[in-house]
Amino acid sequence: MTVDVADALARLALRLGGEGARLADAGRLSGGASMETWGFVIEVAGGREELILRRRGAPFDPDNARSIRLATEAALIRATGARGAPVPPVRHICDETDGLGEAYVMGRVGGETLGKRIVSDPRFDAVRGGLARQCGQVLAQIHATPPPPDLGLKTVDGLGELDRYEEVYRATGAARPILELAFQYLRGHVPDPVAPTLLHGDFRNGNLMFDPDKGLVAVLDWELSHIGDPAEDMGWICTNSWRFGRPDRPVGGFGDYADLLAGYAAAGGRAVELSRVRFWQMLGSLRWGIMCLTMYMSWANGTERSVERPMIGRRVSETEADLVVLLEQGL
Amino acid sequence: MITHPRTEELAQAVAAWIDTIRPGLDPRNAFLARVAANALATVGRELTRGPAAEATAAAAMAQVLGHGGPHAELNAELCARIRSAELTVATPGLLAALRTMASDQLAIDQPSYRPEGTPPPRP
Repeated sequence: MTVDVADALARLALRLGGEGARLADAGRLSGGASMETWGFVIEVAGGREELILRRRGAPFDPDNARSIRLATEAALIRATGARGAPVPPVRHICDETDGLGEAYVMGRVGGETLGKRIVSDPRFDAVRGGLARQCGQVLAQIHATPPPPDLGLKTVDGLGELDRYEEVYRATGAARPILELAFQYLRGHVPDPVAPTLLHGDFRNGNLMFDPDKGLVAVLDWELSHIGDPAEDMGWICTNSWRFGRPDRPVGGFGDYADLLAGYAAAGGRAVELSRVRFWQMLGSLRWGIMCLTMYMSWANGTERSVERPMIGRRVSETEADLVVLLEQGL
Repeated sequence: MITHPRTEELAQAVAAWIDTIRPGLDPRNAFLARVAANALATVGRELTRGPAAEATAAAAMAQVLGHGGPHAELNAELCARIRSAELTVATPGLLAALRTMASDQLAIDQPSYRPEGTPPPRP
């Protein structure tokens, strides 16, 4: 079914803004084949409201999808926001009358999400030193949020993730000695189980919105949220593929481990050992390497035709270059 | 080898042409055009550096495995012996060999990437 999104947004403007409300500046901002992001404005007599529509453009397969339903995503944003985490305000969860399929509307938050700018643009020089601590505080708020009931979030742990990614890796038919060694090493270093918490699941530089004065202002892209080891979220933002050319600053390319952990503890998070974060960081590099292989495979088997896909396959070597150093250093 | 032009020069010429038309493209195609130009740059690097990188990798793997052979066979055997845990991070020479292989591959795929352990850029 093809949806005329602009047309549906005009009707939604009336529903949300009331009689006389008018749609303005509607346009697609970004997104891949499956997830769309639209910016739009509702103009009413008294002013204007800047909004974002997030909608699924392709059918959702709950059995095989790694991602969660958009209504679940919106519920998690509301729940973590209520605990103090900086998130965009959810304005409306779309239903059948909106004719937009699976979608929700949130308020537009101003700020920067491009990772490269956060780590190197002089506009962020003043706040950069405090960002790792802020990330730790916000993660503690997210992890302390009781997951709203009946959302059906998946629970994962280190060993389960290794099994899952190894299965994907074997299915690609690739023969990569460094990935083999990373699997073997990580299997021998799975940390002891901890009480699982709500996780963002994709907490990294690039999915976070930063303001040059206030620092972290919004945690975005909740679609991979699940239940698991709190150190998973901490390790993912430390994975070098998301440091944008600043491997000397392990947290997102802008900060140090100690600040992340101190911010987490200061906001009431349970004590987390650095080696546990490093386990998930290393698994993060391995995971990203396997994801790059999968994106190449989607081109090789004809599912996707974009030139972007095979080129992402050539990013496996960045994760191998990182993994070999982590294997030398040890956890 | 065919010269005048060499293969990498053909790739270079096409990449340069893509760059000239990029400004006139819509944002999505401008992005894909940049990816396409990068792909051709990778092809160019692989054509010039690939054979030496493969020979170095084969020599490094032969050292660890204790015998020589074609690159693909050595690579498959190395994977199998790591998977069976016969080779580990403690195996003398293994990590050094893997580091050389990773670094040569990265120089072809993404020379601007700064791996884990790289010191900060000079101001």
